[in-house]
Amino acid sequence: MQDINIKITDRNGKMHEVVAPTDMAMNLMEVVRSYELAEEGTIGVCGGMAMCASCQCYVKSAHKLPEMTDDEDAMLAEAFYVEDTSRLGCQIQMTPEMDGLEVELAPEI
Amino acid sequence: MITTDILIIGAGPTGLFTVFEAGLLKLKCHLIDALPQPGGQCSEIYPKKPIYDIPAYPEILAGDLTDKLIEQSKQFEPGFTLGERAETILKQDDGSFVVTTNKGTEHHAKIVAIAGGLGSFEPRKPLIPNLTNFEDRGVEYIIKEPELYRDKKVVISGGGDSALDWAIFLSNVASEVTLIHRRNEFRGALDSVEKVQELKNLGKIRLITPAEVKGILGKEKVTGVAVEKKGEDAFIIDADHFIPLFGLSPKLGPIGNWGLEIEKNAIKVDNALDYQTNIPGIYAIGDVNTYPGKLKLILCGFHEATLMCQSAYKRIFPDKKYVMKYTTVGGVDGFDGTRKEAPKAVVKAIE
Repeated sequence: MQDINIKITDRNGKMHEVVAPTDMAMNLMEVVRSYELAEEGTIGVCGGMAMCASCQCYVKSAHKLPEMTDDEDAMLAEAFYVEDTSRLGCQIQMTPEMDGLEVELAPEI
Repeated sequence: MITTDILIIGAGPTGLFTVFEAGLLKLKCHLIDALPQPGGQCSEIYPKKPIYDIPAYPEILAGDLTDKLIEQSKQFEPGFTLGERAETILKQDDGSFVVTTNKGTEHHAKIVAIAGGLGSFEPRKPLIPNLTNFEDRGVEYIIKEPELYRDKKVVISGGGDSALDWAIFLSNVASEVTLIHRRNEFRGALDSVEKVQELKNLGKIRLITPAEVKGILGKEKVTGVAVEKKGEDAFIIDADHFIPLFGLSPKLGPIGNWGLEIEKNAIKVDNALDYQTNIPGIYAIGDVNTYPGKLKLILCGFHEATLMCQSAYKRIFPDKKYVMKYTTVGGVDGFDGTRKEAPKAVVKAIE
């Protein structure tokens, strides 16, 4: 078991350094919610099924991320404010490899 | 004016189950929902996804759960106001309420139960600068009246089931249908994708991918849209209607202005007792409420609905004595005249 450090820039541009557990099957969206870095009801609306894009974020660091599933890819194809670095937070699991990850939350829709 | 005992705002799983629990107490319910069909998120966002934590169902699809809840509530003949959003609430002198929707439909009820989930579903609007200027002047986010498009030039954008299904449907109504999507791939039921392919081959649907609508042209009404195809210059397509179909996202909306105590986008309730809000007679149940230890689970919504109905009964009939009865013992008397009861044991002597 190992905790990892993650830098999350919220929707107001404020950067937060948080510690995330890797043994709780948590994803990035859930980490954001557990630290209340985005208002409840504005993130993780679909609960983490890659069906709403409310947890879209921009990945700032050069981490090798898990491969995008077809679901995530298709959802991003319909989301707004999408950049090349866009990912859905709910699809990024907290694993030891994610230590040092830096992300910024995309604007609320 | 529609009159009822309990007015339920939100026809998701919690709202639907409230109809059953209220029915056992002989209370009549009416539901308002912004979506055109009951089921809330379960039918709108993930009808084909399984749920594993509904008691006694090791696995059930969200759409099937909705169907079963509707079936269970049917004997209590709930009324529905669908496709309308609850907008205002007025407390009457006798303690009852009048709730009016965005379309002006009035509902009079002794009790209001807000089972609004994450809020009412609003269309997600693409980021086109002058989009809102053309709302109801050629830009529609939801197709309500397909005849509106008869012999018109229609541009649809989006890559999901609703974009595909409406493109297929309107190809027989409109004079021209153009479907625009940011990718070549569509995510939708396979037969819808194949049908669009077939209609494209027949020249009945014009498909432009990967592309995006970047602007709208017109003065009073939409006359065309500006389209940007990847790696090409923008071009213009003549259009009478532009229909962006990018799904729906829930917003708490007008309920937030009803004077209810709100915390973290949810309505604070008294969970020690009956899930009543700070306004007596208004309850909040299911995902829309919050209290210490709250879990947004369907099964918690069912429990909250059950306790809330008991409290509502006491509020409506303060002097009546009431004892909870097991359905197995008392049976279920529907408002439609049906009766369900456990079969009587056969008594027969053994000689």
